[in-house]
Order: sequence, then C-alpha cells, then structure tokens
Amino acid sequence: MAVSGLALGGFVIGHLSGNLLLFLGRDAFNSYAEWLHGNQGLLWGARLGLLAMIALHVRTALVLRKRNTDARPVRYAFESTVQASQASRSMLLTGLLVLAYVILHLAHFTWGWLDSTAGATETLTRAGEEVVRHDTYGMVVAGFQNVFYSAIYIAAMVVLALHLSHGFHSLFQSLGLRHPSYTPKIEMGARVLAWGIAGAYMSIPFAVLSGGVS
Amino acid sequence: MRVTLHVWRQNGPDDKGQIVRYPLDDVSEHMSFLEMLDVLNETLIESGDEPVAFDHDCREGICGACSLMINGVAHGPQAGTTACQLHMRSFKDGDEIYIEPWRAKAFPVIKDLVVDRSAFDRIISAGGYVSVNTGSAQDANLVPIGKDDADEAFDYATCIGCGACVASCKNASAMLFVGAKFSHLEKLPQGQVEADRRATAMVEQMDIEGFGNCTNQYECQAVCPKEIKVDAIARLNRAFSRSTVKNG
Repeated sequence: MAVSGLALGGFVIGHLSGNLLLFLGRDAFNSYAEWLHGNQGLLWGARLGLLAMIALHVRTALVLRKRNTDARPVRYAFESTVQASQASRSMLLTGLLVLAYVILHLAHFTWGWLDSTAGATETLTRAGEEVVRHDTYGMVVAGFQNVFYSAIYIAAMVVLALHLSHGFHSLFQSLGLRHPSYTPKIEMGARVLAWGIAGAYMSIPFAVLSGGVS
Repeated sequence: MRVTLHVWRQNGPDDKGQIVRYPLDDVSEHMSFLEMLDVLNETLIESGDEPVAFDHDCREGICGACSLMINGVAHGPQAGTTACQLHMRSFKDGDEIYIEPWRAKAFPVIKDLVVDRSAFDRIISAGGYVSVNTGSAQDANLVPIGKDDADEAFDYATCIGCGACVASCKNASAMLFVGAKFSHLEKLPQGQVEADRRATAMVEQMDIEGFGNCTNQYECQAVCPKEIKVDAIARLNRAFSRSTVKNG
C-alpha cells in the first residue's frame, strides 16, 4: 500500500503542477498539453505505470480488507473508537470514491464522452505557418463553467484530501520511518500537504466559476 | 451505586452465545471491576445459576490475564489500566455496562469472557527469543548498554501479552504485541544478531494464526495498559522490510 500509494501521490502532485499552468494563460497551458502529447513515449509510459500502480493499490487494499474482516468473524455488540481519525477509518470508502471520480474525470476530459467542447481546437501561427492544436485550456474552462461538474470535482477533492491526510503519514509508519522528533512534524506535514493539494486543485473550478479564469 | 450489566454468555467454544442482562444493586465505587464481577457471581451461585467465567490472576495489573472488553474499550475507560485495576468509581450510578470477550479469529472463546490466547505463545516460539549460547553467567556489566537503549528496551518489555491491542484493533491485528516483543530484544546487543530473522519468523507466524493487518489507526496504543507506543510497530516494519530486501 505504501509504495504504490507513494507513486500515486507523486502523480497527484505532478498532475497538479501541470494543471496550475492554467493560471499562466491559454498559451502556456496549451503548450504544456501539446508538449505532453508530443512525447508519446513519456505519456504512455506514465499512463501504463499509473495503471499498474492503481491496480496494485486497489488489489492490495481489497486483499487486506478481506483478511482483516476474516480476522474478526464475530463483531462486538458494543463498538467504540477511542481516538482513530475518521479519515483513517474510511480509507477503503474514500479510495473507491476517488477511483470512481478518476473514471468520471477521464470520461469528461480525456475521452470527451460528457462534453462536446472536449475536442475543440485553436489555430495559431508558428514560423509563418498556421498550426492547429487541441484547445485544452478552452476545454477545461468550459468544463468547469458547468456548476454541477465543478461541485462534483470539489467534493472529490475533499474526499481525496481525507484519503491523503491519512495515507501520507501512514506510509512512513508502514515503511518503518518513525522517530519521536520527526513523526509529529510528518503527521502535521501530511495534513497540510493533503489539504494544500486539494485546495490547489479546487482553486481551478473556483477561479473559473468566479470569472478569474475565462 | 446501581449498574446494569450486559454480559456475553457462551457455554463453550461451539455454543452460539448471547448477551445476558444482569441488574446489580449495592455496588461499591471502591470495588475493582473484577470484584464487582465476583459479587455478580456470588448472586448467580446463590440463585443456582452458572457463574460468569472470566480470566484473572494477579489482580495487580502485571500478569496480563484479565481480558474484558468494557463498553467497546479494551480494559475499560481508564487509560493505561488493566481491567483488574479499574474501579467502579470510573462509572456512574445507573450506568449500562457491556462486557464482552476479546473478539478475534486467533483468540477463540473458550467460555463466556475467557478466550484462548495461546496464539501469542506460538508467535513467541517462532522467534521471540535469543538463541545464542550464553554459557555461564557473565559479569553483569561486561556488555555496556546505553541508558536510553536500556530504558527503551525495558519500556517494550513491559508488554504483559494481555491481547488488548488485538481486541481494540479494527482489524484484530497483533502488530503492537509482536512489535513490542521484537523491539525489546532488538534494542539490546544480545538480541540484534538475529533481529531480521526474528522479524520474519514472528510476522509469518502472526499471519498463520489469522490476525489482521495494521492500518495505522493506533487504537492499540490508546488502550495498551502498559502504554506501549506504536514506535514498536515501526521498528518491526523496518526490520521486516530490511529482511525481505536482503533475503527475498
């Protein structure tokens, strides 16, 4: 869980850094998308690596859940929790919700099944020649102008933050990296990073809905 | 004070079992929890009923025999305390108290509130020892050990093997028990020689016994009557990873 989770967490940060280029304008964002799609080896390498990590993460989670459920065949009549956080107790649920959202997100922006503007292009002049390229910026802005989709996106980011806030510090414990001095900082850092990432992702639909990005 | 008990009654390992309600009057707040159960049993015996079976031995908080889930919390509401050292003043007049046995596949119920914890013994047999030939007793200070290391080893060694960690874990994992037994040896020079092999052997036996896996919720640390920290689990994880990388 820790190793595959770390890889997926790395993707979440990498994807965010690409997305934030939206704030630099249409040209910067579309140029980034064009560069990414111009490097098919890199793109497909990352996609296949991600798919493998998702499969590993989900499979391990389900196998562990089965073993953990089997380990207590008779439940307590009176159930109580002393201190475990809600985030730590709902990792499977939040994980599956994030997975469901990722599929919706791909259907929306990558496969273009939900939005007719997904295939929009822009034309620009480069070295005296007209070049047509995918208008990723326009697609994202049009997508988030839909309040319903933006609301789903924002809710999904809250779920992601809950998942990451436990996952980020949990992976240190699972790998045996714990120290009385560093662990409180790691736990605080994990919460700040998780909600910081979610907040940065959410800034995009908020910026579109408020008219800051159009 | 007056309390109403809801006690798990089960005639034997194969019995289905059920919660039975027992109102109890005239409970002194100075009684320990087990003394309160003694009073219940006296009334049951006087009325010709079968007394409630529960584990106990020293009643001083050091043997690890008592094993009661009290209102969903292992050893009850007072932190760092075994059920035998818990007193009725921790409850209020009129309280409803649920008393259940440890619940885990690896801890089958023998009768009522008594469970079989010999799975822990088998984990210790798998690797929780030092197998170097120590010969005759050597001078006490021949192997210098730093004060911090000695203190930490002793903290882990205070584990009484009661099983509260397993009982409180949502996954019935024994990682805190195994981590404590592993770490108290790993902190000392005599135990470091076989540390990696010990980690692998104890974790494998833990899995064979049917305990669950740690998902880092730390309920075990919150209820441990000896207040053993989950640092023990991290030490075990580190050694297990190291051993897996080295030995495949």
